[in-house]
Amino acid sequence: MEYRQAKTGRLMIDILPDKCDFCGCCVGVCPEDAIELKEAEIFIIDKRCTNCSKCIWSCPVEVIVFNKEGVLR
Amino acid sequence: MKNEYDIIVVGAGPAGSMAARFAAEQGVSVIMLEKDRDVGYPVRCGEAISRAGVEEFIEPDERWIKAHITKFCLVAPDETEVTLQFDARQEGYVLERRIFDYELAKTAAKAGAQILTRAYVNGLLFDGDKVCGVKYEHQGEQKELKAKIVIAADGVESRVGRWAGLKTHIDFRDMESCTQITAANIPVNDDTLYFYFGKDVAPEGYFWVFPKGDNTANIGLGVSGATGKKKSAKAFLDEFMAKHYPDAPILTYIAGGVPSSVTLDKISAPGIALVGDAARQVNPLSGGGIASGMIGGSIAGKIAAEAIKTNKPGHLLTYDKAWNKRLGKRHAVFNRIKEGIFNFSDEKFNKIARSINKIPYEKRTLGKVFTTALINQPSLLVDVAKVFVV
Repeated sequence: MEYRQAKTGRLMIDILPDKCDFCGCCVGVCPEDAIELKEAEIFIIDKRCTNCSKCIWSCPVEVIVFNKEGVLR
Repeated sequence: MKNEYDIIVVGAGPAGSMAARFAAEQGVSVIMLEKDRDVGYPVRCGEAISRAGVEEFIEPDERWIKAHITKFCLVAPDETEVTLQFDARQEGYVLERRIFDYELAKTAAKAGAQILTRAYVNGLLFDGDKVCGVKYEHQGEQKELKAKIVIAADGVESRVGRWAGLKTHIDFRDMESCTQITAANIPVNDDTLYFYFGKDVAPEGYFWVFPKGDNTANIGLGVSGATGKKKSAKAFLDEFMAKHYPDAPILTYIAGGVPSSVTLDKISAPGIALVGDAARQVNPLSGGGIASGMIGGSIAGKIAAEAIKTNKPGHLLTYDKAWNKRLGKRHAVFNRIKEGIFNFSDEKFNKIARSINKIPYEKRTLGKVFTTALINQPSLLVDVAKVFVV
């Protein structure tokens, strides 16, 4: 199994694009500028993410999830 | 479209449009880049604004005014209702922003600004330390565009500023994460903004019901990241709807973030200025950002054009001071009042509501409401006196 790598090791945060409203809260609070948000496209820039969870806490619609096992490639 | 512009504005919301317009009005060349396919859509906003906030920039027009507001209704946790009537100065509107933003962008166009949608800015160009343009993606192609000054109006995300080295990321506790439903068949008064307070509906924030005419309304709330850790804005909204309007047809369901803090320490740097939500120019007490964003945009646009016309790039850096003088300092006071109020217990909210209801209806002013609310916090009363005629 191949996992996506974060800056600090294994990436544990995942954004579920199907449920996302592309509002930008997570981008605004991300200390690492690790989230790319286009018109209707969003993804984590893995190598910048530190799994700090701030994006999860500020998501108004619960589309960002934390998975201790890591995020599969 | 030219190969190079005097000014590039990133983002075509109210702040960006006013920056573009006030710069273009002085005869410099301006282009405004918008990442979405439409200016003004999707709307991520409760859409309430004061009449004065509108009139400074555009003639009120019934095409984008959905409700004329003359009353506040504050609902305490125990459902005690306090109604207060505005004086003429505080009258307000609920807007149809998908039309309003469009009209604002058209005023920028009329002043001579170029506008391009579906242009996603994803980097900056530098000449030494100075910003001198943007990298952007348009119709699948990566491009570059040079400019003497970049004005970042890229909203709550505020990434453009970070790329220029400004500290724009917001503390998660200061981010009010919001969800809002625009629903039909909501029996509310068309002249009243409703605010609900309390731990159950919207801790450290408020829940709003803003009428949009024909029994439609914007119904939503914001919660800070500290609350969001335990319960999301969506969960609060779904509960409220289930309790109050379980069968209301939903016309729109939208999420959004309101940076509820003081303005950033620095909102300009060589070759770049930040406006609107990107600069955190939101009124931290009300969460209103349309009027203050337009004011920030207009100041930045004007100063940027002057810097270009006089060939004094350093002049752009006077924008920070100009903003602080006009609204920044006031927002700092609002932020202190907010911190005083949003930490109240439900019992305290109930008590305040009952005290306010003892003030004769015709004598209730916003100033009196805050004074009553903060009667046990003398240090904050001074702040209230600073911003309201009590």
